[in-house]
Amino acid sequence: MSTLTAALPESSTHREVWPDPGPARVGPLETLRHVRTLAWRNLVQVKHNPMELIDFSVQPLMFLLLFTYVFGGAIAGSTSDYLTFALPGLIVQNTLFTTLNTGTGLNTDLTKGVFDRLRSLPIARSAPLAGRILADLAKQVWAIGILLGLGYILGFRIETGPLQAVAAVGLVVLFALCASWIAVLVGMLVSEPEKVMVFGFTLIFPLTFVSNVFVQTSTMPGWLQAVVKVNPVTSLADATRGLFVGGPVLNPTWHVLVWGVVLVSVFAPLAVRAFRRRV
Amino acid sequence: MLAGMTVRDEHTIPAIVADGLVKRYGETTALAGVDLEVPAGTVFGLLGPNGAGKTTAVRVLATLISPDAGTALIGGYDVRHDSHRVRRLIGLTGQYASVDEMLTGSENLLMIGRLLGLSRPQARQRARELLAEFRLSDSADRPAKTYSGGMRRRLDLAASLVGRPRLLFLDEPTTGLDPRSRNEMWEVVRDLVGVHGVTVLLTTQYLEEADQLADDIAVFDHGRIIAQGSPEELKRQTGAQTLAVRPATETDLALVVSTVAAVVGADPEVTGTLVSARVTDPAALPAVVRRLDDAGVTVGEITLRSSSLDEVFLALTGHPADEEAAANGGHPAAATGGPSEDDAHSSTHDDDDPAARIPAATRS
Repeated sequence: MSTLTAALPESSTHREVWPDPGPARVGPLETLRHVRTLAWRNLVQVKHNPMELIDFSVQPLMFLLLFTYVFGGAIAGSTSDYLTFALPGLIVQNTLFTTLNTGTGLNTDLTKGVFDRLRSLPIARSAPLAGRILADLAKQVWAIGILLGLGYILGFRIETGPLQAVAAVGLVVLFALCASWIAVLVGMLVSEPEKVMVFGFTLIFPLTFVSNVFVQTSTMPGWLQAVVKVNPVTSLADATRGLFVGGPVLNPTWHVLVWGVVLVSVFAPLAVRAFRRRV
Repeated sequence: MLAGMTVRDEHTIPAIVADGLVKRYGETTALAGVDLEVPAGTVFGLLGPNGAGKTTAVRVLATLISPDAGTALIGGYDVRHDSHRVRRLIGLTGQYASVDEMLTGSENLLMIGRLLGLSRPQARQRARELLAEFRLSDSADRPAKTYSGGMRRRLDLAASLVGRPRLLFLDEPTTGLDPRSRNEMWEVVRDLVGVHGVTVLLTTQYLEEADQLADDIAVFDHGRIIAQGSPEELKRQTGAQTLAVRPATETDLALVVSTVAAVVGADPEVTGTLVSARVTDPAALPAVVRRLDDAGVTVGEITLRSSSLDEVFLALTGHPADEEAAANGGHPAAATGGPSEDDAHSSTHDDDDPAARIPAATRS
């Protein structure tokens, strides 16, 4: 490291003390480019950490196999009937649970100082968060694809049509996007990344189970049915089932969208406030 | 405001002008009214113990946090109202701004290049240049988590240079580095300023580092600047070095005390048979040796070492530096630790030695 010929301003003869720093704001196209670059950054991480790939690919498959073959016969009488019932629910459960990864990743960036580095750059303020969420959505869509793929091999069939199937995936992803504000808030509050998952297993995991994701609501005790019926996870599972294999769609979808708006309007401001306090 | 004027005379705009910066975290006041002026093309050192407010000052100046009161201009642009422009002029590296450990060195730099608006080939080219400059080419395609402490620090610095910043913030750039890596880092800083005309603001706990690099130093205590000036001025103010003499036989103690007093011009401290005094003039050592030799005194031990930050602190504030860290322990910026590598600065010294934090290297 004798002289840093390349490291800094090109030519000292033409050196400006304070070069024109350009416009005061980031344009929308620029913002999109920043988000894309930061999403790329979060996806390329997977390349160097194959364990993560296993985490978000193998885990849902394991769930699908275990639930179908271990519980399926007991719950629905036959494994194939259960697969039709449970696969849409599993897609919902897995997608919502993996929104927590957004919180884990965010907290890692905060504690390691990567977030500070990004915030010191002349990029859109929203880009670090948006890039992270976009990358996590891509992983979730990938996991949904894997679940549907294995489901097909095991005998699951989409009985509606391609448009409805795409709408199902879209609805699940849209609601996950709203719900990920919870994970963002948790990521801002906890002191280390591992604690995000502790929170997930004690709150989000039971929340996805207290629904009709795995069993019919009618099989549960009355007081629990009341909880299950207001749980947005139930509505999302219903809507997803309706769109994949037929059944009521409109009512549960409506319910899901209202809940989505509620989650965003409660947790987004809380997350932003937690972030301001943290830095 | 300067930024609003149609004609900006670039050469007279200071790199940093801060006026009355205040930042509070709940009960803790991290910055209690800081004024700074750093001319372009110079190295400015913020010296002080953990929790004194150095890092908070850097975070305000680098637009990471907003001050509760006061203003700061970077190259004439307000950190609060023109933060996006400020970010185009600065680079930040050190304790709290870091590289992505999951990415390779090359990907880290590529990402930043792309974020700064370079095309893919341009960003690749820039990454290659910087990796070569910082001797990281061989490790370019390995994840940064496999890097050694020194390599990671070099990558960190390279990352902050992708955008060719005009003002570079270095937050404790050598904390935890071995002496060789530390010297390398010093060379880089000198080069950035001398060859490329970059302005550098660095924070450090090491008096020697500030002395080696900085044109001007501000000493932080309790979120305030308690002393400011060139290293020479501060040394004159505080006594930059400590002379310690131990006679071979105890009977010579009184003679040693009077000799040291005569040369230094102040009463020395006596601990057991060790006579010590703060000195500003390096010629004090040979003078004492000569006089003791003339008087026929056999010297058992004689050392001239740099004053530690603790001693400078004691001289400036009348209280030890450690109290600061304890008092500001709840401050968020002080709560997270830096990378825990071998601290070369202290590992070679006895932990009980107040000078342990600062290597007792001889200076030019």
